[in-house]
Amino acid sequence: MSATLRVLQKDLLIEWRSRSRTVALLSFAYTILLIFAFAVGPDSAALKLHAGAYLWLGLLLSSTLLLDRTMRIEFEAGAMEKLMLVPVPATGIFYGKAVANLIQLCIVGAFSVPLVFIVCDATMVEPFGWLAATVFLGAAGLAAPGTMYSAMIARLSGKQLLLPLMLFPLVVPVIVAAVKATSLTMLGDPMNQIGSWLTLLACFNLVYWSLCGVLFGRVVEA
Amino acid sequence: MRAMDTLVQASNLGRRFGRRWAVARLDLSIQRGERLLIIGPNGCGKTTLLRVMSTLLSPHQGSIEWFGGKHGTRENIGMMGHDPGIYEDLSAADNLHVFAKLSGAGTEEISGLLSTVGLDERTDPVARYSAGMRRRLALALLLQKQPQLALLDEPFAQMDPGGIAQVSSAIQALPGAVVIASHQVQHAAPLCTRAILMDQGQIRWTGPATSAESAWHALHEERGEL
Amino acid sequence: MKAKWELGVGLFGLLLLIWSHYTGLFVAPPEAMMGDVGRILYAHVPTAWVGLLTYLVAFIAAVGAIWTGRWAWDAMVEASVEVGLLLNVLLLVQGSLWAKPTWGVYWTWDPRLTTCAIMVVAFGVVLTLRRQIDDPMRRLTLSSVATIIAFVNVPIVYLSVKWWRTLHQPYSSPDTVDGSMVTPLRVAAFGMLFLATGFVVRRWRQVNTRLAIEVQAPDLPEEPKPLHVEESK
Repeated sequence: MSATLRVLQKDLLIEWRSRSRTVALLSFAYTILLIFAFAVGPDSAALKLHAGAYLWLGLLLSSTLLLDRTMRIEFEAGAMEKLMLVPVPATGIFYGKAVANLIQLCIVGAFSVPLVFIVCDATMVEPFGWLAATVFLGAAGLAAPGTMYSAMIARLSGKQLLLPLMLFPLVVPVIVAAVKATSLTMLGDPMNQIGSWLTLLACFNLVYWSLCGVLFGRVVEA
Repeated sequence: MRAMDTLVQASNLGRRFGRRWAVARLDLSIQRGERLLIIGPNGCGKTTLLRVMSTLLSPHQGSIEWFGGKHGTRENIGMMGHDPGIYEDLSAADNLHVFAKLSGAGTEEISGLLSTVGLDERTDPVARYSAGMRRRLALALLLQKQPQLALLDEPFAQMDPGGIAQVSSAIQALPGAVVIASHQVQHAAPLCTRAILMDQGQIRWTGPATSAESAWHALHEERGEL
Repeated sequence: MKAKWELGVGLFGLLLLIWSHYTGLFVAPPEAMMGDVGRILYAHVPTAWVGLLTYLVAFIAAVGAIWTGRWAWDAMVEASVEVGLLLNVLLLVQGSLWAKPTWGVYWTWDPRLTTCAIMVVAFGVVLTLRRQIDDPMRRLTLSSVATIIAFVNVPIVYLSVKWWRTLHQPYSSPDTVDGSMVTPLRVAAFGMLFLATGFVVRRWRQVNTRLAIEVQAPDLPEEPKPLHVEESK
C-alpha cells in the first residue's frame, strides 16, 4: 500500500515537473472537440444531442497519448528496472501508476466538460454529481486496462498503433455506459437509468482493477 | 544472523538470446569484501552476466544463488547498468529523493551524494544532462542504496578525468562486494582484487587484478590484433 | 505431418454438417416468422455456440499458459484463437446475410452482432501480438494476458450493448426453436463442434512442433582453450 502511494507521488511529481506536456494534452483534447464540431456542422441540435459522445471520444483519444507517455518515461532510461530492483512490488507499481493516470484523466475530463457545454450548447438537466461520478468512473475504466496495456507494448516497436488497437475494443462497455450516462445528465433522465449505467461502470472497474493488478507482475518481468 | 561469506554462487550458468548463448558454462563465486573485475571484448557476455547477477535476467541453464539463499536479494543488490535508470523529467536531486522515498530511506544525504559524484543541485531536468553527468547520477543512486553487492557496467565510460577520479574513490568507499565490468583496465584494475576474462560467454582466465592487463594483452595477441 | 485422430473427427463433423444443412435447407419446415430466411439458423447458431466454446478453450489455455509456463498451453492459445477468429468472422458474415432480408440492412446494432464485431478486433489483436513478439516466453505471457482479458470482456460487452439497445425498439431474434427443427440444429451443432475440434487439434500440433523447434536450446559453444598469460611482476 505504501509502495502504491510512493509510486503515485513519484508519478505526480514527474507530471508536475513536466506540466508543459499536460498543457499540450489539454490542447489536444480541446482541438478534438473543435474538429467534431466542424465535422458535424453548425447544426446545433445535433451537437447538443450528441455532446456526451463528443466528450468521451475526446477523452478516449487523449487517453492513448497520456497512457503512452506515462509508461514510456519508465522505459526510456531504464527506470522501471531500477524500480524493480528497489524492490518495489509489481502491484505497487501498477496501482500507483494507474491511480496517477486516473487523476490526470480526471483533470482532462474536468477541462473538457465546460468546453463541451460551450461548444455544443449543452445544458445540465440532472444534478451535477451524476456527471462528476460518470467522469470519474469512466476515467477509471480507461486508466486500469490502459496502464497495463501500455506496459505490455512499451518495449515493442511500432507500439503507437497497438495501444489503441488493444484498448478500444476492451473499453467499449466503458464508452457505451459513460456516453449514455453523460447524455442522460445533459438531456434528462425520466426513467432513472443513470444509476444502472454507473453500476455497469463500477462493475467493469471492479473486474479490471483487480485483474490487471494481478497480471501486471507477469507483464513487466523480463 | 551470521553474515554470509559467499554472496553469489553461480554454477554452470547459461543464458541465451534466441539461438546464441550469451553466457555459457559459467562457474563463479563472489565472496564478501571481494572486488572482482570482468574484462573481455565486446559481445563477450559481461553485461549479460551482470544482469543475471542482478536478478533482472533469469538463467536458462545452471543455477545461481545469492546470499546463501538466506535473505532478500533485490534490496541488497545495486546496479549501475547501461541505462542509468533515471527519470528524465526530474532533476538529479529529485531522482535521488524519489528513490530514497521508494526504498524507505532518509533524504538527508542527497547533497552529500551529489557532491561525491560531482553533480550540483541545479533544478534542470536530467534530460538536459550530458551522458557523463547521467552516469554520475546513476552512480549516486547506487551509492545511496549502499548495497551488499554492487554491480557496475562500464562505470568509467563517458567520464572525463575528474569524473574517473571521483568514480574510483566512490567505488573504493562502497561497502560489501563489488563487481566491475570495464574496458578501461588501467582505471578499474587498481580498484579490484581479482579479475576474470570472458570470451564468447565463457571464462577464459582468472587471476589477480594486477595481471588483468597482461591477460587482455594475451587475448589480443592470440587473436592477432597486435 | 502424420494423420491423426483429429482428421477423422473433422471429417465426421463435416459429414454431419452436410446432412444437417441439407435437411435444414430442403426438408425442415420454414421458420414461422422469417420464412425461408430463417434457415440460416442451422449454420448461424452452431457457429455461434462453437465459436464461443473455442474462445473459452483459448481462455482456459491462456490461464494454463500463464500458470505453468508450458509451451503446449501456448500452442493451444494460438490454435484456438485462430479457429475462434475464423468462426467469429463467419458469424459476422452470416449475421449480415440474415439481417439484410429480415431488417433491410446489412448491419444492425443487435447486441450479439455488435459484440461479435468487437470480439474480432479483441482476439485479432492477440494474433497480431503473437506475430510482433520474437521472444517465446514474452510472447506466451503477453498473448495469454491479452486472451484472458479479451474473453473476460465478452459478457461485459454483451451486457452493455444489450442495455444500450433496450432503450430503442427491441429487435426480434430466433430464441425458441420448434421441434421439427431441433434435430437438424442439434446435428449441425455437433457437426460444427467436431469440425472445429479437428481444426483446433490439427493447428495445435503444428504450432506445438514449431514452438518445440523454436525453444530448443542450441548447442553450447565449445569450451575455450585456456589463455596463456604471463604473470606481471
